[in-house]
Amino acid sequence: MENIWQTHKLTIIALIVLALAAISSIVIVPETQQAVVIRTGEPDRVINRFDPNEPYGSTGAGLAFRIPLVERVQMVDRRIQDLDMEGETVLSNDQQRLEVNAYARFRIYDPVLFVERAGSEQLLRNQLEPILTSVLRQELGRRTFASLLTPERGTAMTNIRDALDRQARQYGAQVLDVRIKRADLPQGTPLQAAFTRMESDRQEEAETIRAGGRRDAQIIRAESEADAARIYADAYGKDPEFYDFYRAMQSYRTTFQSGEGQSSIIMDNSNEYLRQFRGGR
Amino acid sequence: MRILDGFGRRAVLAMAGRNPWGRPSGGGGDSSSGAGDGSGDDAPKADKPSRSGGPKNPWLPPGSGSSGTRGGPRRPTNIEDIFKNRGPEGPRRIGGGGGGPGGPNFRMPQRAGGKSWAPIIIGAVVALWVVLTSIHFVQPREQGLVTWFGSKYSHTMSPGTNFTLPWPIQSVDVQDVSEIRTETIGNDGENLILTGDQNLVDLSYIVRWNVKDLVQYRFELADPQDTLREVGEAAMRAAVAETELDRVLSGEGREQVESRVRTRMQEILDAYGAGIAVQGVEIARTEAPQQVIEAFNDVLAARQDRERNLNEARRYEQQLLAAAQGAAAEFNEIYEQYRLAPEVTRRRLYYETMESVLANTDKTIVEAEGVTPYLPLPEIRRRAQQPSASPAPSPAPGTTNGGQ
Repeated sequence: MENIWQTHKLTIIALIVLALAAISSIVIVPETQQAVVIRTGEPDRVINRFDPNEPYGSTGAGLAFRIPLVERVQMVDRRIQDLDMEGETVLSNDQQRLEVNAYARFRIYDPVLFVERAGSEQLLRNQLEPILTSVLRQELGRRTFASLLTPERGTAMTNIRDALDRQARQYGAQVLDVRIKRADLPQGTPLQAAFTRMESDRQEEAETIRAGGRRDAQIIRAESEADAARIYADAYGKDPEFYDFYRAMQSYRTTFQSGEGQSSIIMDNSNEYLRQFRGGR
Repeated sequence: MRILDGFGRRAVLAMAGRNPWGRPSGGGGDSSSGAGDGSGDDAPKADKPSRSGGPKNPWLPPGSGSSGTRGGPRRPTNIEDIFKNRGPEGPRRIGGGGGGPGGPNFRMPQRAGGKSWAPIIIGAVVALWVVLTSIHFVQPREQGLVTWFGSKYSHTMSPGTNFTLPWPIQSVDVQDVSEIRTETIGNDGENLILTGDQNLVDLSYIVRWNVKDLVQYRFELADPQDTLREVGEAAMRAAVAETELDRVLSGEGREQVESRVRTRMQEILDAYGAGIAVQGVEIARTEAPQQVIEAFNDVLAARQDRERNLNEARRYEQQLLAAAQGAAAEFNEIYEQYRLAPEVTRRRLYYETMESVLANTDKTIVEAEGVTPYLPLPEIRRRAQQPSASPAPSPAPGTTNGGQ
């Protein structure tokens, strides 16, 4: 080893320097990134720039070269990224409060502009988030609470997306989509009020159902009584005089027989029953 | 991961037979020291009392004593020396040291012609490397993404045996694409969603999905899974906001909501180019919010109450009608007979009735005309009380003669 070192000292050093130079001049650009080559502080070229028409594999990703020391490479995400908006209270134009949680999806299509104006993804997010919030507030504030819940919300979202997109394009980013993830009633009074209303709705429904049940039951009873009366009338109407007699007989039995000896009957000799008892007419 | 595994295996292979610490039984040094030590740490200690003249300080720079070491019988005194002695070139102290021909020092068997084994071993390792990193078996449900230097997309591997250039020229990322994955949303605690009639419903659901296009899935979205969740939530809330509470709760609108969410999610994800196929959306739980669930249960109870009321009314109806029909039928039967022989039937009925009535009652017959009858009312009352023998007040006497 020493011999090799002694004899080829210069060569080895040169090789090492060369290797280092090669390594520092090679840039590996993944498919998911676009690389902005900055030469002495000024963006010079972009490797793997986003182009929707280029299929993967021919986009320019892979090995690329730069001049060491002079050129610096900044990677910019090429994928669709997420801009999340925390819950914001939005006032609808009928003064109802709604807690809205929205997200936006954006993509950096002009990395040079992006590097110049925003610098990093996080900074861009910090710039866009207040814009999204204010645009959302403005747009939703023009609508009634009820219409925020309906599909009509769709046009609101388009407007919001367009407004945000206008802002984002100044940073080289394109907003693809803005969507309301959640629209909730704010905690506290509004939520409680909704619960109370739901409760009273249900109580009313329950009472309606019960009352309806009672009404229907009463109708059934009345109808059945009418039916019964009709049946009786049909039968007894054939001979009211006989019915009177027949029913009287039944009634006597019911009244006296069930008395179990508690009833006393005093008959004098003019009684019809005793007609034969007296020995004939 | 696969690449790393292979690397580890190769590293172990490369070490075998060239262990710098030698075989444990043989100790770190020659047989003359007599110590059965197996570790490099112990080697310098064992060395201390044995030889004179050599540097005893293990931390002395090796270069200064290198010439002396070569000639003398000194044991290696530091790690670097150990490496030198057991390096890939093989032991250097063949004749000089205590390591005899049968000694514990490990040595490669001599190759014919006295050449080194090193090129062969290196060649074998490289060959193994190439074989292991360029042949890939892709399972039926999987797809593999081949990239140049881990960056530029090359092609997609379909199931079967695939060949690539060895790592790191081409690297491979194998993913299960047909496996249906599930994403459960709203499962932890209450997940309140506003419905179309401004009510709240507690809802949780499952999104089933798989990878439709591995290239898009890997390269298009920064976080596909998170995107899927957010899209799912947005779509579900939009769909529920279009539906009324009762329809969601009763399950009537559930299927509609599910299919709407699925279609909408797919549209959005396709617009993003997410490479995800939504296979299905299933609502797992729809409930009224905990705070008002009592009122909702009360509605169910009210429905039961209504049914109960109706059932009772129907029972009454049946009884009433049956009684009427029975009575009417009885009357009709008698009347048939009566019409055939009115007078006789009438008499018979009269006597039969009187008979059975009078048989069960006390009778007093006043025969003589003009006799004022004595009505022994107190006595009758007493007699009436006797059989029951109870102090309970008797029924009012007025009922006694009421019928006549």
